[in-house]
Amino acid sequence: MTIVAPNRAAVAGLVEELPERKRSLAGVALNFCRRQPLGTFGLAIVVIMFAAGISAEWIAPYDPEENDFSAMMEAPSWAHVLGTDQLGRDIFSRLVYGARTALIVGFSAAFMGGAIGLVLGVSSAYFGGWFDLLFQRVLDVLMAFPLIILALAVVAVFGTGVFNVILAITIPLIPRCGRVVRASALAVREIPYVDAARALGFGHARIVLRHMVPNVVAPFLIMLSAFVGQAILAEASLSYLGLGVQEPVPAWGLMLQGGAEEYATTAPWIAVFPGLAIMLTVLGISLFGDSLRDAIDPKLRDR
Amino acid sequence: MNLRTGLWAAGLGLAAVIAASSAGAQTPKRGGTLTYMISADASPSFDGHRETTFATVHAVAPYYSVLIRVPPGNPASTTEFVCDLCTEMAKPADGGKTYTFKIRPDVKWHDGSKLTAKDVAATWNKIVFPPKGLTSARVSYYSMVEKIEAPDDTTVVFRLKYPSAAFIPALADPFTWIYKKETLDKDPHWYEKNIMGSGPFKFVSYAIGQSIKGVRNPDYYHKGQPYLDAIEGIFAAKQSVRVDAIRGDRAAIEFRGMPPSARDELVKEAGKDIFVQDSDWNCGNIITANHKKKPFDDVRVRRALALAIDQWKGAPALSKIAIVRSVGGIVFPGSPLAATKEELQQMVGYWPDIEKARAEARRLLKEAGAENLKFELINRNVDQPYKFVGTWLIGEWKKIGVTVEQKVVPTGPWFQAMRGGTFDVVVDANCQSVVNPALDTSKYLPQTVYPESYGGYDDPKSVELYNKMLYETDPKAQRVAMRAYEKHTLDTMAHAIITPYWYRIVPARSYVKGWKISPSHYLNQDLANIWLDK
Repeated sequence: MTIVAPNRAAVAGLVEELPERKRSLAGVALNFCRRQPLGTFGLAIVVIMFAAGISAEWIAPYDPEENDFSAMMEAPSWAHVLGTDQLGRDIFSRLVYGARTALIVGFSAAFMGGAIGLVLGVSSAYFGGWFDLLFQRVLDVLMAFPLIILALAVVAVFGTGVFNVILAITIPLIPRCGRVVRASALAVREIPYVDAARALGFGHARIVLRHMVPNVVAPFLIMLSAFVGQAILAEASLSYLGLGVQEPVPAWGLMLQGGAEEYATTAPWIAVFPGLAIMLTVLGISLFGDSLRDAIDPKLRDR
Repeated sequence: MNLRTGLWAAGLGLAAVIAASSAGAQTPKRGGTLTYMISADASPSFDGHRETTFATVHAVAPYYSVLIRVPPGNPASTTEFVCDLCTEMAKPADGGKTYTFKIRPDVKWHDGSKLTAKDVAATWNKIVFPPKGLTSARVSYYSMVEKIEAPDDTTVVFRLKYPSAAFIPALADPFTWIYKKETLDKDPHWYEKNIMGSGPFKFVSYAIGQSIKGVRNPDYYHKGQPYLDAIEGIFAAKQSVRVDAIRGDRAAIEFRGMPPSARDELVKEAGKDIFVQDSDWNCGNIITANHKKKPFDDVRVRRALALAIDQWKGAPALSKIAIVRSVGGIVFPGSPLAATKEELQQMVGYWPDIEKARAEARRLLKEAGAENLKFELINRNVDQPYKFVGTWLIGEWKKIGVTVEQKVVPTGPWFQAMRGGTFDVVVDANCQSVVNPALDTSKYLPQTVYPESYGGYDDPKSVELYNKMLYETDPKAQRVAMRAYEKHTLDTMAHAIITPYWYRIVPARSYVKGWKISPSHYLNQDLANIWLDK
């Protein structure tokens, strides 16, 4: 039997004949909107929230922290479109500024937790052996606690405040990301190019960061979108429990805490609007995340 | 003529019937069980001498007697005291240094044995001179007491080191339950975990963190009382649970106090089935700056922080949402020793012209080099009224360019921060029982004199002014001395900022009769005079 070497020129010719698959960014976006209307709706909510958070100074008609005793618990009106809270603060202004708090906490915690989990998960899969074993058992312990319980424990140790809340939410997200990423990375590890990189004498850091991490980015991105929603919800939950950011800083969970219990019947708008903001944002992020998964996953892409 | 006489007679007769029927309506009825809510998780121990919390008083006070007390029919009085175990109030003798009380001969312990003056003296010796290893929370109230004796079974004598107008109010402290000498001699810790007194109710059972139950003491020495057959206190830390219990008539009352929103909710939903009593409260939040930290060591900065606050506008507004109401100085506003509005307005923190005050505050900060002052405000993780007061203050300070971050911590770390001096500025509290300004105001002395003063300052002048006021027995002269001490504390040195005094609101089912609100949630809690109009 004779092994015939492939004709390089012929292969190159075939490749040149393949249709151009590259699309512009606008084309990708339009295609996404057309195929994923719910995801587009979710994305729109996220974009509005982003815009509100970034341009809060220009959108908010009042100082969100200024007490106005002449306008305590006023129902929605032209002067205060979403009403005022028990200290006379404008709820719309507090919601807009609260979007900033939610964004800062949600995205910081999700990105930090995701990034750390990504590196650790890939490293765990790459090194294997006792490191993998030990790392997985640590993840088992951390994952035994529901996210909010672990976050509560972290806040109890480090105290309240924006930075500590970010830290409290980041820590529970690390094992969740690490576990999923490791599973993908285990498959990537067996692909010959990793062996080739090792044979070429590349360092562990280069192999993990340059060659393995980019190949698990797709599931990571999907997970990241879910983490943002989870982090925003966790921040609101911690604030509702009085363990997140503190008054007078505008934060949705905190606004809910101030109004839900004491004024649910007498001034329901105090609790309703922050509740709606939390619900819509988390819904938007979830819809967008689901659609992103559908768009990225080749098995689901053409359904 | 006959017709006119007849009409008069008929009118008089009708009036008599109405009067009789209304009097009849107010005649206490016997029987029934009072279920009441206790707004706490549990009582830390049953020993009133050791504890400082209302959770102990509300759960355990009905089972004990005290020597003297505020009048149950008029507990709001800040100057009147009556006997519980004694037969009549002692008159000061020996130049005000000796008080002799005669003890009732008809008092029995719940185990059937007789209570004597020996028990009373042994109890008071434990409170005033606690043996090593025992905690007596209010021992500092009795610094004027030299000796307590029981020369016979019906006489107790208190001998003082110096005459003091603060002694009788201190003696009426609601935590000073009388314990049996024989039991104390065997085990002075016994009362921490057990209950056996001579009060209107006999202890039946306690389920930790759930409920405490008692039944009527048939041998109670105040004849005819108690009116109830039984009592049951239910522990519930969460406000919504307590409100729901009263709304649904599963409980009749909660004695500590509820915020205005809860009152409004109950009144709106239950209408005339809810009866509300309210009163100024001998409790208040104090804002203390850490004098050991810069720039709070500078009196100009402390004065500026006080000047920024609009008490006169803030108090009425806050009273709609929080349990605060009256503006006051270091003395409870209802006391004869309290400052008048005009006197308050002479001090920083109370100026009537807030714009002028804030301009002065900005000037002082600039002069002190603290124009863009930023600091952390430590607050307790309790909504009412701590967090409301903290948030209000941050808004007031912002108006003079001061940026404040509020750090809310649980009770343990809150105390830790104050005791360890690790705070910039803290929302502290001063909560007292019997209105006794001479002792209540010791909170503002330096820590070397009063351990629970957390400002971290040393101020001999303050001690001198306080002592002058404390030893003064003439009420007018004492009032003048109190003003000097107050002016020095709040204005000259600005050691503390007093925020509006708390306001006690107690909604109850309308059938609960006989109980009257007082300026303290510690007072008038033996429940002997309560009856149910069902």
